[in-house]
Amino acid sequence: MKIIVTVKQVPDTQEVKIDPKTGTLIREGVPSIINPEDKNAIEEALRIKERHDDVDVTVLSMGPPQAESALREALTMGADGAVLVSDRSFSGADTLATSYLLSRAIKKIGKYDLILCGRQAIDGDTGQVGPQLAEVLDLPQATYAEEISIRGNGVTVKSNFDSVTRVIEMKTPALITVTKRINRPRFKTMNGVLRAFRDKKVATWTKDDLKLNPMRIGINGSPTWVRKTFVPSHNRDGLVIEKKSGEMAEDIMNYLLEKTLFRL
Amino acid sequence: MSVVVHEEKCKGCKLCIEACPYAAISIQDKKAVLNAGCTNCGACIDACEFDAITFEGSEERIRMDVAPFEGIYVFMEQGNQTVSKVSLELLGKARGLGKEFSRLGKKQVVTAILIGHELGNIADELIYYGADHVIVVEDEPFGIYQTDIYTKAVVQIAREKKPEILLFGATPQGRDLAPRVANRLRTGLTADCTALEICTKEGILLQTRPAFGGNIMATIVCPDNRPQMATVRPGVMKEGPRDPERTGTREVMNVILNEKDFITRILDIVASTREHAKLEDARIIVAGGHGVNNPEGFEILEALAVELGAEVGASRAAVDAGWIGQDHQIGQTGKTVQPDLYIACGISGSIQHLAGMSQSKHIISINTDRKSPIVSASDVTFIGDLFQIVPMLTDKIREYKER
Amino acid sequence: MTLCYEMDEKYKMIRLAVREFAESEIKPVAGELDEKEEFSVSLTQQMGDIGLFGMIVPEAYGGQGLDYISYIIAMEEVARVDGSQAATLAAGNSLGINPIDKFGSEVQRRKYLPDLCRGKTLMGFGLTEPNAGSDAGATNTTAVKDGDSWIIRGRKTLTTNADTPMTKGSIVQAVTGQRPNGRTDYTCFIVENGTPGFTLNTLKRKLMWRGSNTAELFLDNCRIPSDAILGNPGDGFKQMLETLDGGRLSIGAMGLGCAQGAYEAALRYSKERVQFGRPICKQQAIAFKLADMELKIELARNILYKACWLAENKRPFGKEAAMSKLYCSEIAREVADEAVQIHGGYGLFKDYDVERFYRDQRLLQIGEGTSEILRIVISRAIGC
Repeated sequence: MKIIVTVKQVPDTQEVKIDPKTGTLIREGVPSIINPEDKNAIEEALRIKERHDDVDVTVLSMGPPQAESALREALTMGADGAVLVSDRSFSGADTLATSYLLSRAIKKIGKYDLILCGRQAIDGDTGQVGPQLAEVLDLPQATYAEEISIRGNGVTVKSNFDSVTRVIEMKTPALITVTKRINRPRFKTMNGVLRAFRDKKVATWTKDDLKLNPMRIGINGSPTWVRKTFVPSHNRDGLVIEKKSGEMAEDIMNYLLEKTLFRL
Repeated sequence: MSVVVHEEKCKGCKLCIEACPYAAISIQDKKAVLNAGCTNCGACIDACEFDAITFEGSEERIRMDVAPFEGIYVFMEQGNQTVSKVSLELLGKARGLGKEFSRLGKKQVVTAILIGHELGNIADELIYYGADHVIVVEDEPFGIYQTDIYTKAVVQIAREKKPEILLFGATPQGRDLAPRVANRLRTGLTADCTALEICTKEGILLQTRPAFGGNIMATIVCPDNRPQMATVRPGVMKEGPRDPERTGTREVMNVILNEKDFITRILDIVASTREHAKLEDARIIVAGGHGVNNPEGFEILEALAVELGAEVGASRAAVDAGWIGQDHQIGQTGKTVQPDLYIACGISGSIQHLAGMSQSKHIISINTDRKSPIVSASDVTFIGDLFQIVPMLTDKIREYKER
Repeated sequence: MTLCYEMDEKYKMIRLAVREFAESEIKPVAGELDEKEEFSVSLTQQMGDIGLFGMIVPEAYGGQGLDYISYIIAMEEVARVDGSQAATLAAGNSLGINPIDKFGSEVQRRKYLPDLCRGKTLMGFGLTEPNAGSDAGATNTTAVKDGDSWIIRGRKTLTTNADTPMTKGSIVQAVTGQRPNGRTDYTCFIVENGTPGFTLNTLKRKLMWRGSNTAELFLDNCRIPSDAILGNPGDGFKQMLETLDGGRLSIGAMGLGCAQGAYEAALRYSKERVQFGRPICKQQAIAFKLADMELKIELARNILYKACWLAENKRPFGKEAAMSKLYCSEIAREVADEAVQIHGGYGLFKDYDVERFYRDQRLLQIGEGTSEILRIVISRAIGC
């Protein structure tokens, strides 16, 4: 059984800060990590590999050359092979262009049974690439997956849609997006590091290695683009009150009653 | 730049015909020939195994003729004969966008797309809440949401009606459905918008949404492709007033389904047994941060919460320090909440925490440091010692309740 | 010689893997284990699960098959979070596993290494005695041949990992005779727990490394078979010296990690703590302390990694090992001390990690060669 896991290397948005002078994001010194829900997807693929015979897990990423370290980390966790598609012409891609490019890379990787994706990346936050990849590959999809079981030539998925669990059955090949609730990713082992660096490879493909429609990649292939970014202003009054504790407790009490926030 | 067939290489194998979404290729004299339906999408180029089809001409970007597209279409999410709250919010917003368009001299009809089975009088309600027109697709297989046939239905409607704008709620269902629709229509989709407005200069939709975990806002545009699609965050837009005197038109659309359209099977739908969303549903939250100092400090907050009928939340600092459990954590890596009132005690107000609670209706802070970032993120900040103020407040509320 | 100051991606991955584990599994329980003076079998076995034992042992014997620098980086990352778990690992690897791997017979390696490397068992090294610390020549434990076995009598103390529920036994160094030239013959024996006459006592009320097991060993006419001799009879002294050299690198790593952890805590605190209207890191007095910490840690790292490189490339590294251990342990003291100072009064409470780092560094200038002995080693190497 062959599983492909799509992986994105992202800045650790927990560590991102705002520059108080310019009001822009400080990205310098922010560590790059595997997108957390992609890590859950890798973990799930590895668990399926442990539960069934003869499963191959390949991780795929579209990104700049340094994204190789994210793929190497996936190999350290236990993935069998890795592919990085990287080219200047891929940049500026929105989710439509990204899903197209990934589909071309997947076509080149060859036959597969399952594609696992993290539901959402913590930088773009769109959650769109998974379903759009399923569409362009013409695959059935199940999103927000919290449990996956393989049976025969099909897969059963439990998806969580806002406190309702949907049990979905699909024939493979199929695409599933997982949330962080599906599992807790394993710790990397020393042996995993040894094997990842000694025995496993990251293949890097550029534009020339893939059969691509130039109108569907990068900026050319993106119907949407970012017109502007800005730091959210709070739109709050920001009043500051400093009095005796007892008086302030009284003030808060009045605020509660005034805004009818507190009912008996 | 357009698609060209090189006859000398063409084997007449028909792979391109199977791949073409627009039925724009046929075989004539054993060779593939393109007709006027071709949109230069290049699906045939990807499918051809003999390199007999290529692009010729200058590299251009993906685009379409936007002129024929008009109307604001909104997908209605429903279940059990009721339409979801976010759908009504979308209708309210669509009406607002319609007003913005009229100021630019362009009239836009607001159309609700209603797909399901045994829909009762939902269509009427949609008109009361602001739809000018309702397209109804009603058939037994649509009784439960599933990606494959809902995608087919929405795409059929979009291809026939050519909407200028197409909106979905950014619910799990909406975020499962909209991307597939957008891809099939080869158009742009913006996720989880918190603001939508019309650009007065170009008449296009400005779609604003949080990125980088909510650390920045991005405004996205989709000028050259239609429909301009967006999923909209629930709880942000305002639903309009319900006017039972409002009138509108209805239309039934027939979506023919055959066996090939069903590529997933829904085996079961179960309401989650997980104790859901105490924090996310709470109307009032009392939250503690680094300034609470220890687990005993949280007991003081808990006492206040009990009197208020509120839930207790925490910043990541407090959780990491082990003063309270992780399921109380609010922020980028914790829960996102939108209570009516958020009382932040001893919380400095890092961006990562604000990302989880900035949508609260009212925010009060208690802090010793007037230079804390929480101050500008709050409606009112009380500078003082929470270990004095909070117990005093708790007592006052208790007294008030006893009266 | 080409200089290279860039770490291979592989070492970055080792660091990331161990750091994630240490922060997630060790950090939350370190304070409690320290306060209760409790050794955690489950945590030790978790460390074994991710491969922290037997890091430089060949895969064929159940080890991780990695190099010395990988081992040192892993040690550093554990010490950055907690000295006690680092001590368990350092002793487990350098004093338990490595001697068996380096000096043991094929039979002994196959018998003990797999479980030790999996973190299922531990092995101590009984060297120090009540009257023989720095003066290793004053060893009183004796082993006398009796037929096909040996009778061992004596007492060892301050032996790490010797008395835990998962301990398999300890390597005991004993006097086995006198050479013709008057020098003492030493031999190391593998003594399994449960051997008749072999009793243990865990030593409590330690200042530091309270989550690590320290014990005394009592050998009351223990009958040990000949095949329990590590290597050959008479090899004991040489084995001890080589073992200590390797151990010095891991102690150095513990000092470096301790300093790193204390420094990061102090830096973080100095950016949050506001006095006189601004974070205290804006006061030069504090900023200079932090700058000195950064400098010392950088220098310590450089000498330690150089010593590792020499060891890995089979060059003599005795002097550099002594220098690394000396410098890393002394800067650990200085950095932990100033880290407490930066925390002010709060640094004196167990609620803050620096309080533990301040205590945990104290052994580093004493064990595996006191700072004084190491200065003798270095001065001898330079011809004094």
